[in-house]
Amino acid sequence: MYKVHNAGLIFNLYQINDGGITIMAKRLNYLFRSTKGLILVAIAMIALESAIFGMLSGPMAELGVRDFMIRTLKMDIVQAEREGRIIILYHSIAMAVVAIETYMITSLLKMKEFYKMAVRVLITVGYILTMIFGMGFAYWGHNWALHGLYITGLSLIFFAGVLLVIALWPWSKEVYQPDIAYARTKKGVDVERVAFFAAALTTVISALFGAIPGSFYGNGFETFMAQDIIRLPEKTTMEYSIIGHLHIMLALIAIMITLIIGRWLNFKGILHKVAMPLIILGTIVLNLGVWGVATPLEPIAHMIIYVGATPAMLGALMLVIFTWDKLIREGVAGIQKPNGWQKLKALLRDPLRFGPMWQMVFMNFTTSFLGIFMAVRLDEIFRLWPAHEERIELTGHWHVLSAIIATIILLYYGDMLGLKGKLRKIYGWAIIILSDLACGSVTIFEMKRLFIGEAVQQPLVNTLMLLMDFGLGMLLVVLAMVMVWRLLDLFKKKGRWTEEVEHELSAEVNQ
Amino acid sequence: MKRALWTSILILVLLVACAPVDLNAPLPTYNTGVDPNAWATVPAGQFLYGQFNHQATIDYDYQMMVTDVTVSQYVDFLNTALADGTLKVDGEQIVGFYPGDEFHGVKHEVEITATNYIFVPLNDPASRFTFDGSMFSVVAGYENHPITNVSWFGAWGYCGYYSYRLPTELEWEKAARGSEDDRPFPWGDEIARNNANFYSSRDPFEDMGSFGSRTSPVGFYNGQTYDGYVTLDSASPYGLYDMSGDVWQWTGDVFEGQHYRYMRGGSKDTYDMDLRIWVSNNATPTYYSPGVGFRCARNP
Repeated sequence: MYKVHNAGLIFNLYQINDGGITIMAKRLNYLFRSTKGLILVAIAMIALESAIFGMLSGPMAELGVRDFMIRTLKMDIVQAEREGRIIILYHSIAMAVVAIETYMITSLLKMKEFYKMAVRVLITVGYILTMIFGMGFAYWGHNWALHGLYITGLSLIFFAGVLLVIALWPWSKEVYQPDIAYARTKKGVDVERVAFFAAALTTVISALFGAIPGSFYGNGFETFMAQDIIRLPEKTTMEYSIIGHLHIMLALIAIMITLIIGRWLNFKGILHKVAMPLIILGTIVLNLGVWGVATPLEPIAHMIIYVGATPAMLGALMLVIFTWDKLIREGVAGIQKPNGWQKLKALLRDPLRFGPMWQMVFMNFTTSFLGIFMAVRLDEIFRLWPAHEERIELTGHWHVLSAIIATIILLYYGDMLGLKGKLRKIYGWAIIILSDLACGSVTIFEMKRLFIGEAVQQPLVNTLMLLMDFGLGMLLVVLAMVMVWRLLDLFKKKGRWTEEVEHELSAEVNQ
Repeated sequence: MKRALWTSILILVLLVACAPVDLNAPLPTYNTGVDPNAWATVPAGQFLYGQFNHQATIDYDYQMMVTDVTVSQYVDFLNTALADGTLKVDGEQIVGFYPGDEFHGVKHEVEITATNYIFVPLNDPASRFTFDGSMFSVVAGYENHPITNVSWFGAWGYCGYYSYRLPTELEWEKAARGSEDDRPFPWGDEIARNNANFYSSRDPFEDMGSFGSRTSPVGFYNGQTYDGYVTLDSASPYGLYDMSGDVWQWTGDVFEGQHYRYMRGGSKDTYDMDLRIWVSNNATPTYYSPGVGFRCARNP
């Protein structure tokens, strides 16, 4: 028998019940064998890492929190290693995000149980090793055993990717699409699955563009941040390879989450039939362009990238149109001649389903359109500014894109949690408004030199920093509240977790 | 009621964001005791270059100014060079002749032809000098602050006028780091707020709530205490001050296939990470800013 004390908050981990399965084992079974448990663990790991290591940069650094954290946690911070630390930090976070997407894919799409299990085991062990030992190596001295385990983690994730590609193989009759409402070939090949397959395959190949130069670290290749060498007219092949790698990996994470959200919201119909080939074409051409950066195709690589990005973005736009149209139609069902206001209310009534699409649209305002504007007016405007101004634009652009992808995952996670009623609205709108406030402020901050001089910028900078910090800070508070709630839930005998053990996302696809 | 509260907050935020900045806010004045006319000799020899400590050698002795060129020094130059015809007033700027660079037609490269280029802007409220149509004067209190709002051409022109030159990046880095170790800052391994003037370093010249950062007098971080503000002696191993922070410093290299000019040292407007010795910034040679100055080098 186990005992639950103090309203279920304290329990004895070692006592046995239910035919020999320990209380701990049940929880571990949920956390590491169920889809929702695995996603919860990965989100919690990211939240924890963001909370701890976010203390080391502005504005916490200015407030003295960084020094306090370094002293308290006994970190070993060497000035010359800052860039290396950051590279390991964002790889750690990115691997957990890739793991979350993988859990979603393996739960949403049909595949053999062996592959599903193998992919999940590899990627889970992989990202946890990457995170724990990578951060240990980066921030607590250079124990090379930690570095070895970090690389082991990354390698396991790579193998998980290879297996996922095999698992997603679309030209097998068992996974053909019988429903003509979805994009399919005449033979029945599921074109959406081809899109998932193309994204997974190109992700695995693109990983090599980072891994190969990475293997030369300490052997003629030195750490660098892409934004610091952007203006050098000549870069080495390995530098180009890294630059291509970091761009395409984020782009592929974005493409993958678009496909995942499409599946969750049951994207189908004519728009689906047009969008899926566009996304496949976009994914392949975009990859060819980015790989071309590290080859003799470099002079025309950007042109290929633009050609690839356009159909991929058009495909995403079709998902937006489909979803918003669906939300409106559902929301005004029963109203004979709905007016504009009623349609708008219908569109906005469920922030968790409206939000991912809105974030995709917002992403274009804050990153894609801005990137295009920068590319078009680079020499006339942006390259007249000092390199450090351009660096602010590039890093801001990058962080906004990453943050928006993270919020889309959190919105979907809100639905997975089964949030309903007012709580669903509060959670959804909080994520949308707070993140957009922060990301919008970052965008204005990046572009401030277009309309304000250095000497008189401080009040604007202060206001924007306040809005950014408020948006991100409150977003983290919301996330922390969810994590605490889920943690407390784990202490309950019949908590929500007991229901989620058997849940699969494919059974929760929006109809 | 709730709507009124949110509207008020929004209006308040917008008002704060648009608040005017007093560029002539009162400035504490201090004599640092460091002579801006002094030079330090950097001996020939090896040193560790860059973030990854590559062995590099400079096989000649050279000298660098102990401090950045001050507003006072630059104003003297402007008055003298304007009087002797080296410089000219051209609309809203002071210009001087530059003989141009070899052009290689590399992507993004802009041709720098032989012609007159901006040295300093006139009537820029952020400048610490004024011009009455015939003479330049220093804005009171800024005499011993580094000159800012000076383009690369303006820095190159000043050094050349006195038969000096801008230091190369290699020379600059050796002068900042010395030849004994791989220190990331001119004074050692770590940075404290009172080592240098950087963003939000809480020095007596900044007010992050209104005008933000301002320059500090050259040689300010020399271990003296000013009205209770204690500084650490932050000279480089060769005795140069402000090699990290205060203002970015133009360097003299002209790289093949690039029109950009490089700066070193970080500034009052950058975070401490940009004060590391190997960090560089660059801009077009016509760029000027309240956070960019320079110092000269010469052969002994």
